[in-house]
Amino acid sequence: MIALVDCNNFYVSCERVFNPRLEGKPVGILSNNDGCIIARSEEIKKLGVAMGTPYFKIPDLIKRHNIQILSSNYALYGSMSRRVMQVLGRFTPTMEVYSIDECFLDLSGFSQNLSAFGNMIAKTVNQGTGIPVSIGIGPTKTLAKLANKLAKKGIAGKGQVLDWTTLKNVNAILEQFPVNDVWGISSGWGTRLTKLGIANTLALKQADPKWVKQHFGVVLERIVREINGTPCIPLELIAPPRKQILTSRSFGERLTELDDLRAAVSVFSARSAEKLRRLNLCTQSICVFIHTSPFDLTKPGYNNAVTITFDKPSDDSGKLIQCALTGLERIYKPGYRYQRAGVLLPELLPAGVRQLSLFSDEPEENLKPGRRMATIDGINRRYGRHTIRYASDKLSQKWQMRQNQKSQAYTTDWAALPIVKVV
Amino acid sequence: MPHPCFVRLSIMLRLITPRLQNHVKLPLFASRVPAGFPSPADDHLEAELDLNDYLIDHPAETFFVRAKGDSMLQAGIFDKDLLIVDRSLTPKDNDIVIAAVGGELTVKRLCIRLGQPWLLPANPAYKPIPIKEGSELYVWGVVIHAVHHIKGKG
Repeated sequence: MIALVDCNNFYVSCERVFNPRLEGKPVGILSNNDGCIIARSEEIKKLGVAMGTPYFKIPDLIKRHNIQILSSNYALYGSMSRRVMQVLGRFTPTMEVYSIDECFLDLSGFSQNLSAFGNMIAKTVNQGTGIPVSIGIGPTKTLAKLANKLAKKGIAGKGQVLDWTTLKNVNAILEQFPVNDVWGISSGWGTRLTKLGIANTLALKQADPKWVKQHFGVVLERIVREINGTPCIPLELIAPPRKQILTSRSFGERLTELDDLRAAVSVFSARSAEKLRRLNLCTQSICVFIHTSPFDLTKPGYNNAVTITFDKPSDDSGKLIQCALTGLERIYKPGYRYQRAGVLLPELLPAGVRQLSLFSDEPEENLKPGRRMATIDGINRRYGRHTIRYASDKLSQKWQMRQNQKSQAYTTDWAALPIVKVV
Repeated sequence: MPHPCFVRLSIMLRLITPRLQNHVKLPLFASRVPAGFPSPADDHLEAELDLNDYLIDHPAETFFVRAKGDSMLQAGIFDKDLLIVDRSLTPKDNDIVIAAVGGELTVKRLCIRLGQPWLLPANPAYKPIPIKEGSELYVWGVVIHAVHHIKGKG
């Protein structure tokens, strides 16, 4: 049996732990640059604010209902996510952290009443971290996901835990369940399935797996078998190796000057190099891209990208920054209002495998920048992310994201601890 | 170099360990250089003492907060002290707790009289507050230590 634990309205819940004033009020969390609403409390959902609603479009609604709006605070969400996952890890040795707010637990071999066990897990997580969770339990990952959705819809009655195997009227429930809401089914597949007469999940369950495989491929066939209770999608205990690393942001304001872009691109490159080293990987090339906003219809648009290939793989921040900046200078054109830049490492190699270049004229010592990088990473881990950084970062701060309503880093910064009044 | 898979594996293992990352260093040998006399203590090395071990039992459920105000002096809590709060503990009679009252986090003493829980302020200017079913106030966590600076910071 597998349980899917899903944190309810995770970003909002994280904020509420440290700011009880938000309890019971409509709360919305904004995307980077305070653009759109990307996380919602139940109260704001009830007001009809859809996922992805642009912030600037609802000022009246915000005022009328006293909607609390916050910028996203990923340092806080990351820290709270780690805490939730650690607590969950105490209940089973086998788990798959599926996303920042979701986790599969392997409960096979657990003999007790799983609903009661799920309730105990939910209570422990909620008490220990302040984060409310819903738990779906089922014989397969797909059914655990499905049970979780049903639990959130309140089908389980009281409580936020639903064990699929305790349901009596399974077919009636599946008949009401749209195929689009089944885990792993894209809206494209949903449309095609509907056209072929499979509009609900019961019809999908009863479809012939061989027919499904012929028309949609093995992935959907597995989903059909999983809906029928046969496990086909194992827990991923080890995350598959990363294929690419992308670091990209839209800017807080439109940028026109090369130096502003240089600062952004060098920060993105350094961040990408840090990720590489953390994963013990290196890269043979770096791709830089810049573009204007697709919504600036009155101004001329421009977008371009360039890939620079190294003579040998590297994970050195300096090397990546240098190459990225060379690339940027090649594609930069003055006179445009740039909205976004990014750095992509399209191809990753294990750090140990290095093919030396026959014709390189780089001095031998550059083959081992590893210690310098390890030292910098160590210092930054210990004293904070920005303790040692490259001077090119400092060229400009203009690119920084707009985050006007961000809460404090309550759990990761000594200077930002929650204040409690002693009265 | 370890294969990327193993790197991920170590991350997974850290997730299920009930302990936040801390900086305990295990000395392997007291004498630094292989030449010369080996230290007679080399066979008796123990891990250095770690305050995290001493102060924190449930790292994932432990939070730090900063006290503001001085009406809990008799409970050993001074203005600006760092309070270590363990949310995994079930609050008991006479515990010092963090409570959410009127949308604010405050420090109170929990008092259970005739089955009814009360939050007692340390300051006589304030009245005891009953915790009732469905009320908007709740106990946030149990304070287990107050860290008070004698010299230096603070």
